[in-house]
Amino acid sequence: MRRITRLAAVATILPLALAGCGSGDDSGGGSGSAQAPEKTEISYWLWDSNQLPAYQACADAFHAANPEITVKISQFGWADYWTGLTTNLVSGNAPDVFTNHLNYYPEFAAKQQILPLDEFVAADGTKTDVYAPGLADLWVSADGKRYGLPKDFDTVAIFYNKKMLDDAGITEDQMKSLTWNPDDGGTYEKIIAHLTVDKNGKRGDEAGFDKKNVKVYGLGLDENNGAGVGQQMWSMYALSTGWQFTDKNPWGTKFQYDDPRFQKTIAWWRGLIDKGYMPSLAIARSGTSVNDGFGAGKYALSTNGSWMINTYYGYDKVEVGTAPTPVGPSGKRATIYNGLADSIYAGTKHKDQAWRWVKYLASADCQKTVGDKAVVFPAIPEALTVAEEKFKAKGIDISAFTVQIHENTTSLFPITDHASDIGAVMGPAMDAVLSFEAEPSSLSKANDEVNALFQ
Amino acid sequence: MRTGIGRQSGTAEPRPETSPPRSGAPAPRPRRRAGDLPVAMVFLLPAAVGFAAFYLWPALRTAYLSFTDYSLLAPPEWAGLDNYRRLLGDRLFWNSLKVTVEYVVINIGVQTIAALGMAVLMHRLTRSGLIRGVLLLPYLVANVVVALIWYTMLDAQLGIVNQALEWIGLDPVAFFGETSTAIPTIALVNVWRHVGYTALLLFAGLQAIPKTVYEAAATDGASEARMFWRITMPLLRPALALVLVLTVIGSFQIFDTVAVTTKGGPINATRVIYYYIYEQAFQRFNFGYAAAVCVALFAILAGLALLQLKLLRAGDSDLD
Repeated sequence: MRRITRLAAVATILPLALAGCGSGDDSGGGSGSAQAPEKTEISYWLWDSNQLPAYQACADAFHAANPEITVKISQFGWADYWTGLTTNLVSGNAPDVFTNHLNYYPEFAAKQQILPLDEFVAADGTKTDVYAPGLADLWVSADGKRYGLPKDFDTVAIFYNKKMLDDAGITEDQMKSLTWNPDDGGTYEKIIAHLTVDKNGKRGDEAGFDKKNVKVYGLGLDENNGAGVGQQMWSMYALSTGWQFTDKNPWGTKFQYDDPRFQKTIAWWRGLIDKGYMPSLAIARSGTSVNDGFGAGKYALSTNGSWMINTYYGYDKVEVGTAPTPVGPSGKRATIYNGLADSIYAGTKHKDQAWRWVKYLASADCQKTVGDKAVVFPAIPEALTVAEEKFKAKGIDISAFTVQIHENTTSLFPITDHASDIGAVMGPAMDAVLSFEAEPSSLSKANDEVNALFQ
Repeated sequence: MRTGIGRQSGTAEPRPETSPPRSGAPAPRPRRRAGDLPVAMVFLLPAAVGFAAFYLWPALRTAYLSFTDYSLLAPPEWAGLDNYRRLLGDRLFWNSLKVTVEYVVINIGVQTIAALGMAVLMHRLTRSGLIRGVLLLPYLVANVVVALIWYTMLDAQLGIVNQALEWIGLDPVAFFGETSTAIPTIALVNVWRHVGYTALLLFAGLQAIPKTVYEAAATDGASEARMFWRITMPLLRPALALVLVLTVIGSFQIFDTVAVTTKGGPINATRVIYYYIYEQAFQRFNFGYAAAVCVALFAILAGLALLQLKLLRAGDSDLD
């Protein structure tokens, strides 16, 4: 015990030296005897309960290989996770290692709450180019330091109700070649209209369609408006016009919500509400989530992220298929490409052990274990193949999500400072537009407020 | 009617308010000497420690933080009156006050009248412990659970309440989703949870009114309505004042129902003051500013409580 304290003291002065000597020390203990005296427990947090079994399996395998280190995993819901994490950072009790998100890490890095991994990476010669292209770079901050190693990624696609498609005479091949533009909505809007059915059984594109009494909406509306990102709500449309969130990404300092392409996209999107093809904001907000609405047969299509696959496919008596998002005016599809990573708390007392756990989480071994559970898409391509096969065995084809990676049509999640302030401005602003209390042009004013944060 | 009153006063006379205090605090009462002070301190200590640790210190620290720029992860920086200046010009702060007041008016208005009605009914008609228990039931369910259950039941497309509305030929209502109905919905959900509890508090107040007063009124041939306005209301006033002060303060602190249902939306329709404070502090890390909003709220509530106590003369009873 005393030895660890001494090590920790040295660690503050010479992190590099510790990384080297610490691992030599530990591996010696490991091979010597099973009852090595220096047992440590490190804590690890994640927010997705679906992934808990996968990471518990990783933790067990890690413990088997490193008997002196035990990993204690805690899982919290998305909202509690960040509040809990922040307060624990303040009180100095944050977990040694935690799952990090692109929306949050810039703030943690700027406030020096997470550890740069560069020295560990250099000392161990850890490869950072084994991941799907671009994922590792997301975690290099504006100052050039690396704050996380990739674990998984997600993209957005369209979930559809197969029976409703059949009834409407729309083929799955048609779904794969949809086009969209902000003026008339392209073939995408046509099928949304056709999939919408009112109480009398009239379809959205038929004469006499009663938009006030819709039984099944062609497209579901998410209970969140996605604030300034709209990841699974509107970003795939806006980005397919060639519009970008910021002047540059990552680390842009000027947002472009005043761009006509963005505002026209939002105008088209909310136009679906007016036409009766998509529920009003009030309905979407009144109690159940968009996925539960889909599961209950209220929506024919629903755009959502790959992390929701098991939820959508899990509904009873609903046959589900997926299609990639439509091709936009730019001639390409679009989706946000978001990646998660594991970060180390700057105040951890077990830097070396934490690093070894992060390294293991980011390794092909652990990512294959995770892939084997078919819950998310691992960041390492060979582990993704494992996941792909496991999904297929469950009857789920994930190509609608991965096609955009192969065709190189993905856009990075907007990584900037002030993410939570931007959300606080854009959330209500988008609400006002979606509920027809403000025009899409009002988003230019919100854009000014957002950009003022960077001044 | 008359016999009813007679029977009630006859059986209830020796019970509630007289016996428990007597058995609870026996001997030391009459002999109050200065020498008791150390002993008193010992007994006060546990409560005092709790008060200091969980109320006084956080309050002082909040007051201090309200003069700083504090983002939680970096040490606070003195900012003088900046936060208060910003507060005066913050459209969302004033909006949150407006929304909160709207909530309190609906919540307290409906709840107090309904609770008073229930309390009087219990007092005049039944002594059933079962009914009292049933009234208290919603209060035994956690706030968050109550909020989530109503949220699900009131869903515009799948909620059972809207199914029922449809059966009787009405259009579905997006109770939590419309800017116009969100606050009344949240206010009424909380009325549902708290009305039984409030009714019991008032019921306890009613039991403190001597039965003889009612008997005298009944002998004089006073109607039930007249007894309510001339006897019940004036004599209940101190209890009612206390209940009002407590429920109004509690009502201003509406947070959990909003946090698990509307999250401040749609737009800013339910961004009540406590939710606004929470957002500023824990989502946007503006702890200094959030503290300033807290201090403003504290001042408003203290003023309100004082005003209520003054206006309702809660300190003295008309019984003496």
